[in-house]
Amino acid sequence: MPAEAATSTDTTEKFNGARIILKALQEQGVEVVFGYPGGAVLPIYDELFKQNSIRHVLVRHEQGAVHAAEGYARSTGKVGCVLVTSGPGATNVVTGLTDALMDSIPIVCITGQVPTHLIGYDAFQEADTLGITRPCTKHNYLVKDVDKLASVVHEAFYVARTGRPGPVVIDLPKDVAMAMGTYTTSPRGTKRQQHKTYRPKTKPDAAAIEQAVKLMAGAKRPLFYTGGGVINAGPKASALLRELVEVTGFPITSTLMGLGAFPASDDHWLGMVGMHGTYESNLSMHGCDVMINIGARFDDRVTGNLKLFSPNSKKIHVDIDPSSINKNVIVDVPIVGDCALALEEMLALWKSRRLKADQNALKSWWRHIEEWRGRDSLRYAQRGKIIKPQYAIQRLFELTKDRDAYISTEVGQHQMWAAQFYRFEQPNRWLTSGGLGTMGYGLPAAIGAQIAHPKALVVDIAGEASILMNIQELSTAVQHRANVKVFIINNQYMGMVRQWQELLHGGRYSSSYTESLPDFVKLAEAFGCVGLRVSDPAKVDDTIKEMISIKQPVVCDVVVDQKENCFPMIPSGKAHNDMILGPEDKAGKAISGAGLALV
Amino acid sequence: MAKKKPTAKSAAKKPVRKTAEATSSNIYEGMVPLALLRDKVIYRHVVSLLVDNETGILARVVGMIAGRGYNIESLTVAEVDRERQVSRINITASGTHQVIEQLKTQLGRLVPVHVVRDLTDDSPSVERELALVKVAGVGDKRVEALRIGDIFRANVVDSGIQSFVFEVVGNTEKLDAFIDLMKPLGLVEVSRTGVVAVSRGMLGIEG
Ligand SMILES: Cc1ncc(C[n+]2csc(CCOP(=O)(O)OP(=O)(O)O)c2C)c(N)n1
Ligand SMILES: [Mg+2]
Repeated sequence: MPAEAATSTDTTEKFNGARIILKALQEQGVEVVFGYPGGAVLPIYDELFKQNSIRHVLVRHEQGAVHAAEGYARSTGKVGCVLVTSGPGATNVVTGLTDALMDSIPIVCITGQVPTHLIGYDAFQEADTLGITRPCTKHNYLVKDVDKLASVVHEAFYVARTGRPGPVVIDLPKDVAMAMGTYTTSPRGTKRQQHKTYRPKTKPDAAAIEQAVKLMAGAKRPLFYTGGGVINAGPKASALLRELVEVTGFPITSTLMGLGAFPASDDHWLGMVGMHGTYESNLSMHGCDVMINIGARFDDRVTGNLKLFSPNSKKIHVDIDPSSINKNVIVDVPIVGDCALALEEMLALWKSRRLKADQNALKSWWRHIEEWRGRDSLRYAQRGKIIKPQYAIQRLFELTKDRDAYISTEVGQHQMWAAQFYRFEQPNRWLTSGGLGTMGYGLPAAIGAQIAHPKALVVDIAGEASILMNIQELSTAVQHRANVKVFIINNQYMGMVRQWQELLHGGRYSSSYTESLPDFVKLAEAFGCVGLRVSDPAKVDDTIKEMISIKQPVVCDVVVDQKENCFPMIPSGKAHNDMILGPEDKAGKAISGAGLALV
Repeated sequence: MAKKKPTAKSAAKKPVRKTAEATSSNIYEGMVPLALLRDKVIYRHVVSLLVDNETGILARVVGMIAGRGYNIESLTVAEVDRERQVSRINITASGTHQVIEQLKTQLGRLVPVHVVRDLTDDSPSVERELALVKVAGVGDKRVEALRIGDIFRANVVDSGIQSFVFEVVGNTEKLDAFIDLMKPLGLVEVSRTGVVAVSRGMLGIEG
């Protein structure tokens, strides 16, 4: 049935396109739009001015708008909304859109466009937004008919949130925003405009579930490997996952994007897997005989060398996106569907059949795991007068763990240390750029999360290099009273780059040391934030407590050891059982040959 | 030695999947069985799509193919249902099962793509291509070109004193053969449509 049949069109009243956009956003439940004005979107800004139900958060750079919307979306489960102008406004959102596409974050981004009759004439601030954003969006639209505008907005929200979520762009020429047209409501009851034909499969195949559960029951060395898909499937999926782990007694690890879906305080939790994952996680991945992948995509940061990846396991893979299945790793039981539905059905079958894995085998598997755990692969020593970055993050965790905090990060060593040392109990609390690895993501994402949760503690664990990529957003935080805390792990180096140069390029630190860093305390003050600095390990706790207590945006400059490396590490091209555990371990494990060419 | 090119022969040996396995509610056909995925044999597939005929749809499909580095041999596109504004796109590409499966699922991810069908693996099918072949020459060569044209059931759609344009229809191999034979007889240029295909039997692409 065509979608239009279920919608009602009020043909009596006419509105301009800008008003129609706002009505549609309201109907979609949008409360906040992150944006930046310009010529092509002036009519929309004019309508924003005349109403009160949608809050506009003015950012300082359009990239910041998308990351803020991502932080908002990731921390709430809702669709994030962005509004920018044509030309440079649109090109500035490209990094954010790509980031959202890689990490499957639902975003609707409205870009202004030059008037229809000027498209193709190299008009002022014209860019081929549709062409530029085609490969970095889930879908995009150019709206030329004002009467179709409302339906397109409804459809865009449906597409953004349905199936594997992602960013959607609506390119709106200025003349269409000013033209008079009719408003179409989205289908009654559901608030969900369906697309004419887009219907991703969400219900898993019963036979496949049956096969999966059989494999699980026969497992001797099972492992759950979970990812961001569990978080995208909503809090129910996380609850079901906890129950399934509980009843099976299997160990569980997760990707960077999946942190928080399972509580880190639980005994079954092995920590993160992959390049900087724990020893016990990676060896379990390598040695398991049944791998149950729920909502992860066998990313190269997780698998390492594909040829050597988990050689003796049968693999079950649940993913809502069929293209993720059998892409990098061929699996034995593919299950296309929503993680929550798959977990629910697995759990139901496991319980109704009173299944139980071989308890002796499972015990002996756990004994191995405990042995690996005993290596304490995240250990570090906080000695002397210099703060270890791990210590700073560990203290931040200890002093904030009772506050249900939201943590975002930038990209680099500090991001990996945050993933290792900040232990999450709940989904939607961890905001990080996983797939694209976008420096400059953390501050705007934190602002977006803070706007969504005004009373919560939101901390951006940052690097001194990354934070400078979107530092202008401090101004946004001040204006909108988003009292985020920027916790800079300041090693004066692009630490992750320096680490690779040390391990791969003979310690030639080409351009990875930042000369002339700003004074972050003064910088904070210049923006109207509070600046703090700590360099004495004994004062870390007090500084963190002070930071938390300040009801303003704070920048806390934590001066840390410049040469600390992030371990454990699976060097490029190596297998999970070939990790570098720490500085004393790296000598014998030089990266060579093909590994050098990998990123 | 040159790498073995996939030929009509290897295509003939292709394993045809049982239809029972292909009846998934998914937008693309059921998952390829494990044994086939591990099979490293490369052969040519024809993949057919139904897509919403909206602006930019071709750019979307072609951009995805180029962006992910797939090599395709031909691509045809035309509207097939004006009322529903649906176009059909046929893509021919060579690859292992795993590669072709990726191509299909990546195509399936595009929002306006609603049916993806492997016309090589899922069912027996009929393929056709049309070529316009211009040949110039006089005397014996001209007579020989006409004679071969006859054998291939090619229509002469333009003729002058010194040249012909043949219209020849068939599968890719037949067209290749015809064009090869025309080379010594004064082949001037060729224009080909690329492959169009439909499955055999009573069911359509939408099942
Ligand atoms: C936009 C962008 N440019 C470049 C990179 C490559 N890169 C990855 S980590 C990194 C260094 C980050 O330094 P810093 O923010 O100080 O973090 P640290 O590793 O020192 O903790 C760089 C340059 C990136 N990820 N993103
Ligand atoms: Mg740094």
